[in-house]
Amino acid sequence: MANGFVHWGDKQALMLINQSHKAGESLTHALRSLTDVFGYIDERAITPLMQTFALSRAEILGVTSYYDDFRDTPPARHVIRLCQAEACQAVGGRELSTHLFAKTGLALGEAAKNGQVALEAVYCLGLCANGPAGQIDDKPAVHLDAAILDAKLAELDQ
Amino acid sequence: MNAQVFIPADTLAIALGADEIAAGFAAEAKARRQDIEIIRTGSRGLCWAEPLVEVNTPKGRVAYGNIAPGDVAGLFEAGILNGGTHKTCLGPVDDMPYLKTQLRFIFKNCGLYDPCDIDAYLSHGGFAGARAALAQKPENIVDEVEASGLRGRGGAGFPAAIKWRTVLGASAEQKYIVCNADEGDSGTFADRLIMEGDPFRLIEGMLIAGLAAGADKGVIYLRSEYPLARKVLEKAIAVAEQQNWLGADIQGSGKAFEISVFFGAGSYVCGEETALLESLEGKRGIVRSKPPIPALEGLNGQPTVINNVITLCAVPDILVKGGAWHAMLGVGRSTGTMTFQLAGDVKYGGLIEVPFGLSLSELIYGFGGGTRSGLAVKAVQVGGPLGAYLPPEQFDTPMDYEAFAAIGAGIGHGGIVVFNENTNMRALARYAFAFCAHESCGKCTPCRIGSMRGKELLAADHPDLELVHDLCEVMVEGSACAMGAMTPIPVQSAIAHFPDEFGTRTAQAAE
Ligand SMILES: Cc1cc2nc3c(=O)[nH]c(=O)nc-3n(C[C@H](O)[C@H](O)[C@H](O)COP(=O)(O)O)c2cc1C
Ligand code: SF4
Ligand code: FES
Repeated sequence: MANGFVHWGDKQALMLINQSHKAGESLTHALRSLTDVFGYIDERAITPLMQTFALSRAEILGVTSYYDDFRDTPPARHVIRLCQAEACQAVGGRELSTHLFAKTGLALGEAAKNGQVALEAVYCLGLCANGPAGQIDDKPAVHLDAAILDAKLAELDQ
Repeated sequence: MNAQVFIPADTLAIALGADEIAAGFAAEAKARRQDIEIIRTGSRGLCWAEPLVEVNTPKGRVAYGNIAPGDVAGLFEAGILNGGTHKTCLGPVDDMPYLKTQLRFIFKNCGLYDPCDIDAYLSHGGFAGARAALAQKPENIVDEVEASGLRGRGGAGFPAAIKWRTVLGASAEQKYIVCNADEGDSGTFADRLIMEGDPFRLIEGMLIAGLAAGADKGVIYLRSEYPLARKVLEKAIAVAEQQNWLGADIQGSGKAFEISVFFGAGSYVCGEETALLESLEGKRGIVRSKPPIPALEGLNGQPTVINNVITLCAVPDILVKGGAWHAMLGVGRSTGTMTFQLAGDVKYGGLIEVPFGLSLSELIYGFGGGTRSGLAVKAVQVGGPLGAYLPPEQFDTPMDYEAFAAIGAGIGHGGIVVFNENTNMRALARYAFAFCAHESCGKCTPCRIGSMRGKELLAADHPDLELVHDLCEVMVEGSACAMGAMTPIPVQSAIAHFPDEFGTRTAQAAE
């Protein structure tokens, strides 16, 4: 997939869950390794997670829902993450987000209908002396402005 | 000898095209049949000059700043390999005022070599602190750290030695060293820079902490916003294992220590030490009630030292040079150097390591050169999202824990975010509530509900400030951790210093 993740596979998921468990790791470790590989945690992982970690469904969903990174649906092909935090606000980060919303008709956290591009909020990427900062797919981006983002959008929305 | 070209490979430099620049150097050298060695380094922390390319010359390393991929051919024309003059040339690195006026020991090697080159680390004095620690009794290591006066750099400024001694004194099957690398504060990047640029220093610091506290397992809780740091750390840990600086019998001492990296999952409050432990244990990142303190019942209920990245990175030099040396730096009970980070609308943003005691204005104007936009400075926020907004009248405050506490502010992790005259302070105050609402772990009602309410209150044309202050008071008193208890600080400091922006008649008339 364009976003660098592989398609969900039950077998591989089971292997990852077992690996974590065997290594004496906790549930969050297993959720992390699933997310690293697939970009999300499919509903089909819940039963094996319950069995492996001897937890209830509610306990597992309680954990997945707590963390922003643990999604339950596959990520969009492309993701633009824009920093919303103070240091980026100081150099126009907010206005840039507003511009992007207007341009795409998307809100933060929303994927476009065709699943191509999603906008996500991020709170600081440690690039705070060179804001506005963001991430376009896996690439860190700094000194962002409307023109750069417009060009990126046009490129990604192919 | 081949000409050596040093090109940083940290996240910022990469965002600014450092990989393309490195490829350009390789291609250009090949085309010109010139032998060069390209070394990808950490960053010097001069964010304003990145990508900062350096070449080794008889005059020492010469720097070229803000290089773009398109500059490479011109740089070769100008004879960069011999330190030739070019519009981007910043002269010998060691003579650059921005670096020369700093006193770096935590960051002294960051940017000099390939971060995972353990021989380079060793040849720059690496692991000398660990060697010293291996030769000492645990009590003596703790004594040395106590004498240094080292206080935690993660935010609370708690003396490191007290935690270490508590864990050392506890008897348990298993003890842990947990490194807090959650660096969630806006305006901070010191942890990122050192993890991406000199990871062996952190490994060494954790090893020393392990030897001191009697722990043989270390965990780095790394935020997921730092994927490159994860790669560098994992590689450096593998190298340290090969070279027997981690493992079951470190350098033949019979002492064991291992480190694993946990990659977080996008939660600010997981930077709070007990929420962090919950998260590691596989649970929701909800803050625990204290007592018990983590030093007695931490990870998996075992005695655990939790320290920030920079705290741990300060330790190797303390073991080499002695606690007394460290205690002499700084002012009062704020000993050693602090790794300040200048960010936001600032001309020369970056990492500034200096002893405590410099004034804010020396940092903002002296190092920072004022705003990048050229507008006047209106306020700075020091210490992340839970830090105070300070107006220029307070810029002569010395940067030390006590002086900051005296003005109702804190230094936190050392982030300083500069805002220009066009800033809407009410929007920032409202953001502080909104951020708290977004990140609250939900345990305490004043934090969870109060922050939502505060956000709504500040949205009104004429917010009821009395109600806002009452709400803040409830949050301060009824919150189990600093998330809820300190969110009032940015809110109330903004109101106190910029009352006109909070819907008084004059502000309305001006709009
Ligand atoms: C909401 C919240 C977030 C925090 N985030 C961090 C963080 O990202 N990094 C950190 O080192 N400490 C953070 N802390 C402070 C830790 O709880 C703890 O004091 C610190 O890790 C101790 O290490 P130190 O003594 O070396 O500073 C946070 C505290 C709170 C209340
Ligand atoms: S103050 Fe907020 S973040 Fe801290 S424990 Fe209470 S609810 Fe959780
Ligand atoms: S505040 Fe945006 S990168 Fe740090």
